[in-house]
Amino acid sequence: MSAPDAPLLEVAGVSKQFPGVRALDDVSFTLRAGEVHALVGENGAGKSTLIKVLTGVYQPDGGDLRHLGRPVTFNGPLDAQAAGISTIYQEVNLVPLMSVARNLFLGREPRNRLGLVDVGRMNRDAAEILAGYGITSDVRRPLGLMALGAQQMVALARAVMVDARVVVMDEPTSSLEPREVETLFGVIQRLHERGVGIIYVSHRLDELYRICDRVTVLRDGRLVHTGLIKDLDRLQLVSHMLGRPMSEVRKAGFTSFGGEHSAADSRPVLRADGLSSRHKLTGVSFEVLPGEVVGLGGLLGAGRSETIKAVAGALPLDQGTVEVDGKALRRPNPVAALKAGIAVQPEDRKAEGIALGLSVRENIALAVLPRLATAGIVSERRIDKIVETFMQRLRIKASSPHQRVGDLSGGNQQKVLLARLLATGPKVLLLDEPTRGIDVGAKAEVQALIDELAAEGLGVVLVSSDAEELIEGSDRVVVLRDGAVAGMLRGDEVTTEHLMNVIATAAS
Amino acid sequence: MTAPAVFKPRGVDTATLRRLLPVYGVYVALALLVLFNIAWTDNFLAWNNLRIQLVQVTPVVIVALGMALVIGTEGIDLSVGSVMALGAALIPLYLGYGTVPAILLAVVGGIVVGLVNGSLVAFVGLQPIVATLAMLVAGRGVALVLSDGKYKDIRAKDFLAIGTDAFLGVPYTVWIAAVLAAVVGFVVRRTVFGRRLLAVGDNRAAAQLAGVPVKRVLITVYVIAAVLAAVAGVIQVSRIGSADASRIGLLIELSAITAVVVGGTPLTGGKVRVLGTVAGAFLMQLLTATMIANNLKDSTAQMVQAVIILVAVYTARERRTR
Repeated sequence: MSAPDAPLLEVAGVSKQFPGVRALDDVSFTLRAGEVHALVGENGAGKSTLIKVLTGVYQPDGGDLRHLGRPVTFNGPLDAQAAGISTIYQEVNLVPLMSVARNLFLGREPRNRLGLVDVGRMNRDAAEILAGYGITSDVRRPLGLMALGAQQMVALARAVMVDARVVVMDEPTSSLEPREVETLFGVIQRLHERGVGIIYVSHRLDELYRICDRVTVLRDGRLVHTGLIKDLDRLQLVSHMLGRPMSEVRKAGFTSFGGEHSAADSRPVLRADGLSSRHKLTGVSFEVLPGEVVGLGGLLGAGRSETIKAVAGALPLDQGTVEVDGKALRRPNPVAALKAGIAVQPEDRKAEGIALGLSVRENIALAVLPRLATAGIVSERRIDKIVETFMQRLRIKASSPHQRVGDLSGGNQQKVLLARLLATGPKVLLLDEPTRGIDVGAKAEVQALIDELAAEGLGVVLVSSDAEELIEGSDRVVVLRDGAVAGMLRGDEVTTEHLMNVIATAAS
Repeated sequence: MTAPAVFKPRGVDTATLRRLLPVYGVYVALALLVLFNIAWTDNFLAWNNLRIQLVQVTPVVIVALGMALVIGTEGIDLSVGSVMALGAALIPLYLGYGTVPAILLAVVGGIVVGLVNGSLVAFVGLQPIVATLAMLVAGRGVALVLSDGKYKDIRAKDFLAIGTDAFLGVPYTVWIAAVLAAVVGFVVRRTVFGRRLLAVGDNRAAAQLAGVPVKRVLITVYVIAAVLAAVAGVIQVSRIGSADASRIGLLIELSAITAVVVGGTPLTGGKVRVLGTVAGAFLMQLLTATMIANNLKDSTAQMVQAVIILVAVYTARERRTR
């Protein structure tokens, strides 16, 4: 028998190693019955790995996993499900082409006397259950036709139906409408009363303070803090997440960024006005002067990457305009943005940045091919020249320009990408996490390069999860929260303390 | 130095072999097959025999060139056989206006199908296999309607000359295929379009953000593939002297895909091997011819072809690094 007040789920001293990364390092975590436990941390903090350990997707390298006080090993997700642990992922993982009712009862369909699926009962039950979640649409329609928020609700209903003792929610509100969020909170409240333990992953501080009892903060794979959320104010929470002691005095020289850049020309090179996109951005406006580095600050999911994409024409906008040198882009799309002088380095280098299978040379020349060609036929000599120039300038280390980019180190891949951007002769450079996943040496080089480019008069927009990089690299910082501008730091205010203060301030 | 060997001699490490085999394997296999035929097949080197082989492989080569481009964008075009039939069906209808207008109209037919294919893929966002499957069905249907489902003999001498006459002893059709292969090779290597095509195939999202007009590239690729197929249809009609929309180009999409894959172009996109594709088409053609010349059944030839396809795909299963 398990002890009556033993925690539902407990991990002690868990570690998980991946090639080159220690994703979890001696992390302990306890989930008690009837509590809503927030799990927070920035990118790469180890949240996802911890969740995957708890749900049996990963097997830990070390440490203990206890379920209701008894040691257990989950050899796969099925073991965890059998133990009453249900997970709702950010992306709904149901079958879009099957009906809502079928999805809800998938694998547990009610049978009639012949052993066939009792469709009538299934549909009736499904309608009844979903009504409790505020969903009244026809349960016989394919799930894929419902709004994403409603789909997520079905996933939640399904997870809870399985007599779950533990429900893991990974950013459940990221695609929900405010009304749906309320319904979700209602469901969480009911689960809470039933004694179900909930692990709640979110970056929205307001939500955490509203519904969570306890909070665990991870950073760089280590446990930073765990305790009741009411004992921790927002500023403390943010400082735990970003890893800067609040008292820490700003020190120069952490990174390879130099001093401030003086803006010689006061006319903005980039002006974003009221950028709005459903669920993602609401009225984001800012300006960048020539020679200025403007940082976009905020927590994960605050809308930093979305803002970059919106400016680059890669995110469909409901409203808002982007102006380069005072000229508004007519139809925002990547081709038009590039023509106007906006070059973007996307956050996910491998998925959206470089073509791994192509050579260094092809990658650098890709965006400027028309300029290097006569009547559609490219000039190898002109390509060679431009490739040589940038390989030297950015010190790209490759065995030859013909080497496959996929075989280069992360730092050199990033430099190849930057070379492509610079080859277009941009006026504005949008850099989304330019130093992520590259080694220390390359990081310093990239940071120095950003400085140099700004000094040459480019307008730079910088996104970085590394607070030091953001603060030291930027002349001004636009702080985003929940897809809107929450504040602006300029001059002496550009410090980590101010940044955390603005992030932590409750949305009014 | 010796050519990359298939016998795995000691001294060549497996990593190098695995890298080189998908690229050069087709040439080695082709060379071996030619050597085998020289040694064992009577009259193999007779010009008459070689000419027949060349003429027979021509339509597959032309269709496969377009297929290679489509596959380079991580797509596939199943409609090429139907486009051949469509081109063939248009010829007897307009031959009355002269050879050139008839051929131009067949090409226009190809352009239309290509535009539909390309739009379905680029704008509607259908998977290439589904979009072109629809045109595989619809294209031949239209061809049958145009030709009333009848087999039509062609008597126009000018037109038939394309299929029967020769220049420097080599049939016109073979020259056409050779020129098209050279042009496609040049396009892939040396033009803005060719480079963009490879970038779209390797990483569509990255190409998009790098300002590549992805939709335009995709549509152009499908149009080129369909035009080449229409040309292949025209050539086929001129060679056999009749247009039969229910037979022409039947299952050629499979031969074309085989030639492309055996020639070392990965189905995952980002790479196009034009010469390899031509060699792939020759290899499959010669394989069948060898079997027949040595009195093996056609069914045996098919099984051997299947083995070759599997070997090609197996050696090409790249260590994906992403």
